[in-house]
Amino acid sequence: MEFTCLSKGGCFYFPPCHMLNICGFRIQFDCPVDFSALPIFSPVPFDFDVLSDKELSSHLGHDSLNLENVSEEKTEKPLDVGSLIKAEPCYKIIKNLCLWNPSFTNIVLISSPMGMLGLPFLTREKGFSAKIYATEATTKLGKIMMDDLVAMHMEFKQFYGSEDDAILHWMRPEELKLLHRALRGVAFGQDGADLGGWMPMYSAADVKDCMQKVETLRYGEEACYNGALVIKAFSSGLEIGACNWTINCPKRDIAYISSSIFFSSNAMDFDYLALQKETIIYSDFSSLELMNAIENYTRVPLMDNNLLPLGSNEEALANLLSDPAETVEESEKLSFICSCAIQSVESGGSVLIPMNRLGVTLQLLEQISASLDYSNLKVPIYFISSVAEELLAFANVIPEWLCKQRQQKLFSGEQVFAFVELLKEKKLHVFPAVHSPKLLMNWQEPCIVFCPHWSLRLGPVVHLLRRWCGDPSSLLVLENGLNVELALLPFKPMNMKVLQCSFQSGIKLEKVQPLLKVLQPNFAVLPENLSRLINSNTESFTVFSYSEGKTLCVPNLKDSLELEITSDSAMSFCWRKLHQGNVDITRLKGELSLNCGKFKLFPENAQVATDQRPLIHWGQPDLEKLLTVLSKLGIEGSLQQEVSGAESSNVRFIHIHDPTTGVIEIQESMTIISVVDKTLSARIFYALNSVLDGV
Amino acid sequence: MAIDCLVLGAGQEVGKSCVVVTINGKRIMFDCGMHLGYHDHHQYPDFSRISDSRDYNTALSCVIITHFHLDHIGALAYFTEVCGYNGPIYMTYPTMALAPLMLEDYRKVMVDRRGEAEQFTNDHIMECMKKVVPVDLKQTIQVDEDLQIRAYYAGHVLGAAMFYAKVGDAAMVYTGDYSMTPDRHLGAAQIDRMQLDLLITESTYATTIRDSKYGREREFLKAVHNCVASGGKVLIPTFALGRAQELCILLDDYWERMSLKVPIYYSAGLTVQANMYYKMLISWTSQKVKETYSTRNAFDFKNVQKFDRSMIDAPGPCVLFATPGMISGGFSLEVFKRWAPSKLNLITLPGYCVAGTIGHKLMSGKPTKIDLDKDTQIDVQCQVHQLAFSPHTDSKGIMDLVKFLSPKHVILVHGEKPKMATLKERIHSELGIPCHDPANNETVSISSTLSVKAEASSMFIQSCSTPNFKFLKRNLNDKIDSSCKAGVGGTSSLFIRKCSGLHFKHLNRNLDAKFDSSLSCGPELQVSDDRVKEGVLVMENGKKPKVVHQDELLLFLGEQEHEVRFANCRPVYVGNLGETHVMNCLSRKSVWLSQLFSKLSSELSDRNVQNLGEYLQVESFTLSICSKENCPYRTTNRIENECAIVFCCCSWLVADEILAWKIISILEKHDLGST
Repeated sequence: MEFTCLSKGGCFYFPPCHMLNICGFRIQFDCPVDFSALPIFSPVPFDFDVLSDKELSSHLGHDSLNLENVSEEKTEKPLDVGSLIKAEPCYKIIKNLCLWNPSFTNIVLISSPMGMLGLPFLTREKGFSAKIYATEATTKLGKIMMDDLVAMHMEFKQFYGSEDDAILHWMRPEELKLLHRALRGVAFGQDGADLGGWMPMYSAADVKDCMQKVETLRYGEEACYNGALVIKAFSSGLEIGACNWTINCPKRDIAYISSSIFFSSNAMDFDYLALQKETIIYSDFSSLELMNAIENYTRVPLMDNNLLPLGSNEEALANLLSDPAETVEESEKLSFICSCAIQSVESGGSVLIPMNRLGVTLQLLEQISASLDYSNLKVPIYFISSVAEELLAFANVIPEWLCKQRQQKLFSGEQVFAFVELLKEKKLHVFPAVHSPKLLMNWQEPCIVFCPHWSLRLGPVVHLLRRWCGDPSSLLVLENGLNVELALLPFKPMNMKVLQCSFQSGIKLEKVQPLLKVLQPNFAVLPENLSRLINSNTESFTVFSYSEGKTLCVPNLKDSLELEITSDSAMSFCWRKLHQGNVDITRLKGELSLNCGKFKLFPENAQVATDQRPLIHWGQPDLEKLLTVLSKLGIEGSLQQEVSGAESSNVRFIHIHDPTTGVIEIQESMTIISVVDKTLSARIFYALNSVLDGV
Repeated sequence: MAIDCLVLGAGQEVGKSCVVVTINGKRIMFDCGMHLGYHDHHQYPDFSRISDSRDYNTALSCVIITHFHLDHIGALAYFTEVCGYNGPIYMTYPTMALAPLMLEDYRKVMVDRRGEAEQFTNDHIMECMKKVVPVDLKQTIQVDEDLQIRAYYAGHVLGAAMFYAKVGDAAMVYTGDYSMTPDRHLGAAQIDRMQLDLLITESTYATTIRDSKYGREREFLKAVHNCVASGGKVLIPTFALGRAQELCILLDDYWERMSLKVPIYYSAGLTVQANMYYKMLISWTSQKVKETYSTRNAFDFKNVQKFDRSMIDAPGPCVLFATPGMISGGFSLEVFKRWAPSKLNLITLPGYCVAGTIGHKLMSGKPTKIDLDKDTQIDVQCQVHQLAFSPHTDSKGIMDLVKFLSPKHVILVHGEKPKMATLKERIHSELGIPCHDPANNETVSISSTLSVKAEASSMFIQSCSTPNFKFLKRNLNDKIDSSCKAGVGGTSSLFIRKCSGLHFKHLNRNLDAKFDSSLSCGPELQVSDDRVKEGVLVMENGKKPKVVHQDELLLFLGEQEHEVRFANCRPVYVGNLGETHVMNCLSRKSVWLSQLFSKLSSELSDRNVQNLGEYLQVESFTLSICSKENCPYRTTNRIENECAIVFCCCSWLVADEILAWKIISILEKHDLGST
């Protein structure tokens, strides 16, 4: 098994991406888009009056710089709106992925809707023929998100016109030189090496085409690839439909753990017990990011082993994992956002929540509306997105993918989500865009708006920010993981209150070790930073650590594979007992098939000659015995007395007198039968066979 | 190993489905239904047969419910709460959501209207539902270490599923009720092809073959339309769930198209709630309904309103859905009593009504009077329309499913005895599968697959995954492999032996087709791909069996090989060759060898004959010119014409015995001098 981490991702919206070689198949995990560089582009429409002047001057300035070609650093202006690239944006995919020929990938596993957004880039490549597996809910959500992305991007297209060759205009070397240093750093890495991996946006047709290649699964459904691999998805709790994977092949059982949440308020809980496999690939970087923020956090053990109950029995560990503290923490976060929102609304400001997490959005919708009711405020909530209606309709018809509490609502006859009631009571309004006529008729401020896109460059959020950025009583709720300074650049001066919060996006660091203890793998493939924290001496598993861009080989544990022999075919075997010991031996007959990762031997259909003579012999023939057997068969022979002489001492002869003459020469490791008659030689072979072991 | 199948209900009848299957020590109860035609102890399956001590928790591994119809789930609350079963119960999400409605509805009918003593309470239903584990389609569920179950889409009603269960090597499918054709709101049953020991299938329509549904649906719509057009009222007695929604979609759609304004009513709030479930569980409906949910949920009926009891005698036409179905009591009976006497009105009945209900009486003949009880008699003047479409599969569907799954045994349940016997005979004769139709409380035992698990070495698997073709051409006259000839017969001259089937089946077929037609007297081709034969299975007492490749066998056993060869030093007539060429001994040998080489090459055109300088080699057969005076393998010592003779020392392994004797016979006939 070979494992290569192509990217360890960034935030919730940018999951890791890996490549796995196993049993001769190549499997890619996730195919995300890196939106972190999107803010280097200017949003549209920018305020043209202001900008045209600025642009003019900056162009002149650049020209002069170009002529002189002096050191830019000294003269570079501070970063401002004008520095942003005014062109149709491109999107960054995993740069390491470009090094792999997509036509050699056999399988792509998509763990979450976020991990799917880059898929059309991949599927539109020439020669791409891999099978893509994703859960039904992820597929649907991913499709909705991609449709939304294409729709939002359309605004740029309409603004700049669609000249294909102009798309990458800004990437020309001479243009790049003009780019502000800070932006270049964001776009191409600190060393400026990441020039690859920029892609023009895919089209709706690309998305449609991509969706046709996706094979959808339910949680726990077995997908059998090529007879050799059995692939199953299990809920990860991160988002509705998000999953972890198990891959069974004849040589190895693997569990792939992506970012997971033990207790989710929406998605089905993290089904970790299903992941008790021989090899675990751990790919949850969410806690490591936080850790990186804390410097000098190097050699502190992840968890004091003394704290673990002695003997660390399963029950205690399970209790530890099911500790609801994190759920409480999350709901406190949400209530805090609610209270801030209420404050803003009370002071006459509006609240803008640009978020693309379905789960958190749905929860916030419920909590904020409840808080509004509680404070007796009549403030409308808007959900503005080209896919808002579809998203809500979808959320309402997938009880199988939700957490227990939500399912319980279904079984007790209630609505699964509160938004159904909110829509009915006209507290929540859903519009496809900011310029929808219905919205204009209904619009009321202050209000609370949920809309995409979290990068603050795409979609309705741009227009609303422009409207409210000067209002000090309004509130903007942002997620961690965004370069706030750069993101808010076009909206300066920014007077809105900004609340930046991080929602749980993975397994907490302190739960990693207990989790591994419960899963009891033989091999744990861990990110480098994490493996440093695990004291491999005290663990029962072998740790392999991986880092971005490097290929890791994990050795095979077993040389043998399981083979099932059906009793019907076992019936037809000709068993032979060996002379020494209790060993029975037979040559196999039948048809070997590989199905669902299992080798099976079925009885043969065709009639084959049953007369099979042993082809291999071993042991030493007992000559006295041989003579007896021969005489029983009516063959008379005599053992030649040993010829004196050192060389031939190991060679003995049996001379056959009757029925015809012949000789059997017995050497140390070889016996030679020499008779002129065909049938006689066969009979002698038979006799010899009976005194030797053979098969 | 055996699978024991105890039929507690629905054996040679319809009603109270309940089958207890024992596979490799695990016991599963499939369905736990009640019989609607009985009101005494016959109503429930005889659970005491499962366990003498009535300790159902140890006796059963789990209970599986296929769908929410009362004849499949009706006894569940009784079984868990009154009989005390506490183990896991599995059903699909929609079944779990809708089952309590169904049970509660029935309980109310029993208690409120019939005034019977209740066998279980509402609390019982709620408690019972707490023990249920919901399952999704195709999700593989590990009930315990050995028992695996999986649900497959069955059509029939929302959430209906066929269940696959596997313990060790034994596997089976219990279908529950299913339909093999899609209808207005549900898809057709879907299942994977699997290796099954047993298939337990319903056989409601064991002998019926139905044509297209659409014609039958039109008939129904026409009947309803005619009735309301002439001012009549239409009563559709149904259960709250399933048929009601299907007909509602049908009518709503029709009303829309024909712009009818006649009201369609739902009798109870229950159905409104049921509709809410249908809306949320839309992913379990047919593809067509599913695709449109985001624009308009098909269960948002535009023309359907709630009915109020006071409207029973209101004038004007209307369509009313009333529970329960089959007019077995309750509100539908109440309305029936009022509407039946009018000729204008119409009653539509489903395709099947349980014996003992008014629905059954209406269907059997055209009664003008129906005795409700001793004192009440109902005057029946209204029209009766029998729905000709049913959510059950017809006999063709059953046969198709059995053929598709090709299980080793079939058990029929949920049907009428004479029809089942006919179907049983068909399955046996047409598909060659043993089939049983046990009566209630009978047990059927069948044998199940058992397989030996062995550890196979990588070398063996590798050698199996690389083709090991041998192409053997030979003349038709050669009778080498008699079995081969016998198998092929005189006309076809091709014999292909393959041991690694699947990969080369297509090849086999192609070759067959090609050679059968073109080769009637050409050279015989034998293609063999004996991969498995190189494997050796070793069983040692107390250890797991191992499969190794023959090349690694000795290493594995820790033994020294003892090669058994055949040798024969025989004279070959070289004529005057020896004399004419006066050369040294060495070059003479090489001349003879090359002469023999060309001879053998031409005789054995299909074999790879090699001249290796010192000796010739064909497979394991070697031939060298023997210059020893007293070669121990020399069998003929009498030499007449010594100068025209050379001795050839031949040696071979048993594997090439046939070949060796063939070469020797060539040598015997051979006269090198003449060439």
